[in-house]
Amino acid sequence: MKREALRRMQLWAEQRLPALTRYRRPESLPIELHRRRIYIVPTGFGFGFTLLLVIMLVGALNYANNAALLLTCLLGAASTASMLVAFRNLDGLRLITIQAGHAVAGQPLTLQLHVESAGRLHQAVYVTIDGQTQAFAIAADGNSRVVLAVTTTRRGWQPLPRIKLWTNWPLGLFRAWSWLYPQQSSLVWPQAEVGGPPPPLPADDLHRRRLHHGEDLAALRDYRAGDPLRHIAWKVSARHHSLLVKDFEQPEGHQAWQLDWRLLSAMDHEARIARLARWLGEAEAKGQRSSLWLPDEEIAPGSGFAHYASCMNALARLP
Amino acid sequence: MKWPFVFRRTHTGEPPINDRAFDLLCLTMAMVLGLHTPQLPVWLSGALALTLGLRWWQRRHWPGRMPAYLKLPLLGLLTAAVIFQYQSIFGREPGAALAVGLLILKLLETETPRDVRVGVAFACFALMAALLFNQSMLVTIGVALGLLPALASLRALQPARLPSTLQHELLPALGLLAVSLPLALSAFVLVPRLSSPLWAAPSTPQARIGLSEQMSPGDFVDLLTDDRPALRVSFDGSQPAPAQRYFRAYVMWRYDGRRWDHVGDTREPATVEAQDAITYRISMEPNNQRVLPALDVPLATPAQAKLSADRELVADKPVNEPLNYSVRSALHYRLQPMLDNPSQQRGLQLPAGFNPRTRALATQWRQRFGKDDAAIVQQALTMFHNDNFSYTLSPAALGHDAMDDFLFTTREGFCEHYASAFTVLMRAAGIPARVVTGYQGGYWSTLGDYLLVRQSDAHAWSEVWLSGRGWVRVDPTAAVRPERVNLGATAAAGDQTGGWYRSPWLQNLRNRWDIVNHWWNEGVIGFDAMRQRGLLTPFGVRDTDASTLNLLLAVACVLFACIGLAWALWRKRGNDTLLLALRALERKLGRVKVLRRHSEGPQHYLRRAARALPHKRDELEQLMENYLDLRYAYDEPPADLLKAFRQAVKRFRP
Repeated sequence: MKREALRRMQLWAEQRLPALTRYRRPESLPIELHRRRIYIVPTGFGFGFTLLLVIMLVGALNYANNAALLLTCLLGAASTASMLVAFRNLDGLRLITIQAGHAVAGQPLTLQLHVESAGRLHQAVYVTIDGQTQAFAIAADGNSRVVLAVTTTRRGWQPLPRIKLWTNWPLGLFRAWSWLYPQQSSLVWPQAEVGGPPPPLPADDLHRRRLHHGEDLAALRDYRAGDPLRHIAWKVSARHHSLLVKDFEQPEGHQAWQLDWRLLSAMDHEARIARLARWLGEAEAKGQRSSLWLPDEEIAPGSGFAHYASCMNALARLP
Repeated sequence: MKWPFVFRRTHTGEPPINDRAFDLLCLTMAMVLGLHTPQLPVWLSGALALTLGLRWWQRRHWPGRMPAYLKLPLLGLLTAAVIFQYQSIFGREPGAALAVGLLILKLLETETPRDVRVGVAFACFALMAALLFNQSMLVTIGVALGLLPALASLRALQPARLPSTLQHELLPALGLLAVSLPLALSAFVLVPRLSSPLWAAPSTPQARIGLSEQMSPGDFVDLLTDDRPALRVSFDGSQPAPAQRYFRAYVMWRYDGRRWDHVGDTREPATVEAQDAITYRISMEPNNQRVLPALDVPLATPAQAKLSADRELVADKPVNEPLNYSVRSALHYRLQPMLDNPSQQRGLQLPAGFNPRTRALATQWRQRFGKDDAAIVQQALTMFHNDNFSYTLSPAALGHDAMDDFLFTTREGFCEHYASAFTVLMRAAGIPARVVTGYQGGYWSTLGDYLLVRQSDAHAWSEVWLSGRGWVRVDPTAAVRPERVNLGATAAAGDQTGGWYRSPWLQNLRNRWDIVNHWWNEGVIGFDAMRQRGLLTPFGVRDTDASTLNLLLAVACVLFACIGLAWALWRKRGNDTLLLALRALERKLGRVKVLRRHSEGPQHYLRRAARALPHKRDELEQLMENYLDLRYAYDEPPADLLKAFRQAVKRFRP
C-alpha cells in the first residue's frame, strides 16, 4: 500500500516536474525553455536584501512613518516583480543546434550553441557547461551563437554534458535556471603518440608518376561542359573550330602512404591507434596523400582536411 | 606618473565593475547626499560632495580602489566630525550623518560587484532614513527617484547587456517601479499598523518656528513672514466665516511687564454653555509643542489630547510627526460664566512699577463709565481705531514702559502689540483679561474643500471676562486693521513682507499647490491605525482588525501574483493561422498519447496518427491532405479554405 502510494507520488512528480526527472534523460534538439522547466530561487544577495527590507518595514511601522512604509512596500514589490522578469528572461529561449568542433582526446572540444529567442529581448543569460560559463544576449527576434569548450578525456563518442542556462537578470536578487540535456554526442579523435618510426613506404611502383591536377600547363584539350571559363585558351581556340581548354597537371611528388592497421599487429590496441593518428597527422601536415586500412573499413587515398577528418573519425570509432 | 599606481584593482577573484555601474552608483550616492543635505551641517555635506566628486574623477582616470592609508584616516575624520558636530554618534541626526558619510567612503573602495550590491542595499536604507526627517511629498518623490539609479546600478552589474545610454539605463528601473506600484499601494494600505511602538521613538527636540509658550510684542515677526503650512482644516458641513476662524492655542495669564507667559493649568476645564457645535478635522504640521490649536472653544477632545483648565487642547506628547485629529468646537458659547476668586485675581494681575500712563488712562475710563465693563472695552477699541494707530510688521522698538511707549508714542505695531496693550488696559481698569495666541484666517481651497492655515496666519488677541457673558474674545487688531481678520495676514501686511516672493499671483499659486500636500498628508501620512480600522466602513464593516487586514493582504498578494504570472507566462502568438490550427490538432492528438516527435514533419506525424487511430483514419488523412495543400499549393492560402480547415480541426474528436 505504502509502496503503491510512493510510486504514485513519483509518477505525479515525473509529470509535474519534468526538468528534475523526465528531462534528465537526453532530449532531442531543438529544446525550448518553458514554465515547466524553469526554476527560480533567491540569490544570497536576494536573501540579504529581504532582510534589509524587513528591517526597514519594522522601522517604518515602529516610527509610524507612512512615507517610509510606502517606500519599503515599493522596493519589496519591485523586488518581487524582478522575479517574474528573471523568469521571462529565460522563458521562450530555444537551443536550436550545437555544433561540435574537432578535438583530440585530452584537449578541449569547442561547442557552438545556437540559441534563438521567440520575439523577446533576453539579456545577461549565462550558459554553463562542464564548469565553463559564458554570458550572452539576444536582441528581440534574433539569435545568438555561444562558443564554449568542454574537456575531453578519451577518444570515441562522447555525449554532451548537461547544459545549464541561467540568469540573475535584472537585479541579481533571483536566479532562474533550467537544465538541458541534449541528445547529442560528439566524436573525439584519438591522441597521437608523441614519437615513433615514420610510416613504411611502399617499395613497388615507386617511380610511377601520376598526373594530378596542378599548376603547370600540360596540354590543351577540348572543352567539356563545366570547365571554368578562365581556363579556356581563347587565342588558340580562335584558330580552331572548337574551344580548347588549358589542362593543368602536376606531377605527384610522392606515392600515397598506405597506413595499415594490420602492419602494426605487434602493438597494443590503443597504441596502434595512436600511431596511425600520428602518421595521419604527419601526412596532413606535409600535404601527403594517404590511405587508411582498418579492420572493418578502408579509406581510399586522399589528402586535405576532409580526408584527414574522415580518417580520424574512423580511428575514433574503433572499438 | 608614479602615484596613481597606489590605486589597486581587486585582489579577490571577482572582476572589476564596468564604468556604467560605477557612474550609476555615484549618482545614487549623490541623490542620498542631496536628500540628507537639509539635516547635515553645510560643511559636512560640502566635504562629502567633494569626496564623491574626487573619487569619481579618480576612478575615471586611474581605475582602482583607494589604499587603506587614505581610507582609514578619512574614516577617523568622519567619526570625529560627527562627534564634533553632535557630541554623540547615537541618535537620529548623528546616525544619519554617519550613515551618509560611510556610504560615500564605501565608494572609495568600490571595485567589485559585491561592493556595488552592498552599497546599493545601504543606499536604500539611507534613502529611507531621509524620510525620518521629513516625509513631505516632495521628499518622498525625491527618495523614490533615488531608487532609480540604485536599481539601475544593480542592473548594470549584469554581463552581456545590450548597449544603452545612461538615460536609458534609468528607464527600465522606472518601469519596474511603475508596475510594482499597485502591489506596493495595496500592501501599504493593508499592512497592519502597530497600535503601540515596539521601541520608543527617539525624541529629538528640534528648533522649529511656531507659536510658543511666551509672547512679548515683536516676537511674531519671524512667524508672520513664514508661509509654511501650520494646519489644514476640513470641516464637516460648512466652513465658518473668515471673521470666525480663530484657532486658539495658548492662553496666557502671567505678565511681567514685558512678556506674557502660558501657565499649564491642569484643573478641570472651565464650564462652557455651547449654543452650537462644529466638527472638523485638523492635519497639523509638527512643531514640537504639546498644545494643539483648535477652533474657538473645543468641546470634545481627540484621543491623544486632554483639555486644560482654559480649554486648550494639550497633547500627551510633543508633536514631532504630522498629526491628524478631530475636534468639536462651539462658535457661540458662554465660557466660564462664573469666575472663581483666584482666577479673577490672576486675571487682574499687573506687575508693579510699569506703564504708569496706561494705568492712569484705565483709571480715568473706569471713572468715566462706572461699572459698565462693556463700555470700557468699546472705548479702548474706539481709541485704537480713531487715534492714529497703524498696523506694521516693522514697528519702532519699545522701552522700559513698553505699553506706555506703544499707546502714547509709537502707535504702530501688529497683533501682539495690540493684544498686549489692550489686555494691560483692561486689567488696569479692573476687568479680568488674558492674552490668547493662535491662528486666525487661512486660505480656503475650494478644490480641496479645506482651510489652509500658514504660520504667517499666527495671531494674538485678548479675552475679557464680562459678568453674565463669561470670557469674550476681543480682537483689538481688527479695530486697527479690519483686513487682518477678514482677508488674512498677507492682505493686512500689504507689501511690507516684501519682494517678488510675496507677489499675489505667486502666493495664489502656492495656495493652490498646497492642495497636493493636503491630499498627501490626508491620504498617506495621516493613514494611521485608526483610519486603517475604518477602512472597510463603506462595506459595512465597522472595525477592521489585524486578522482581517492580513487576510485582505494575502488576497491582494495572490491577486497580484496571478496578474504577474499571467504577464510572465504570456507569449506572443504567431500570426500563422495554419500553423496555429496544426498546433491545436497536435494538442488534441497529444491527449490520446499520439505526440509529435521533433523529427517528424506534419505528413509523417499525421500518417502515424492515422495508423494509431484506425477509426479516425479517413478524417486524419483528409486533414493531412488539406494541410499540405494549404501549405504548399498556394503563396497565400485562400481565406475560406483556411477557415474550413480550422473548423475541421475544431470538429475533430480523437
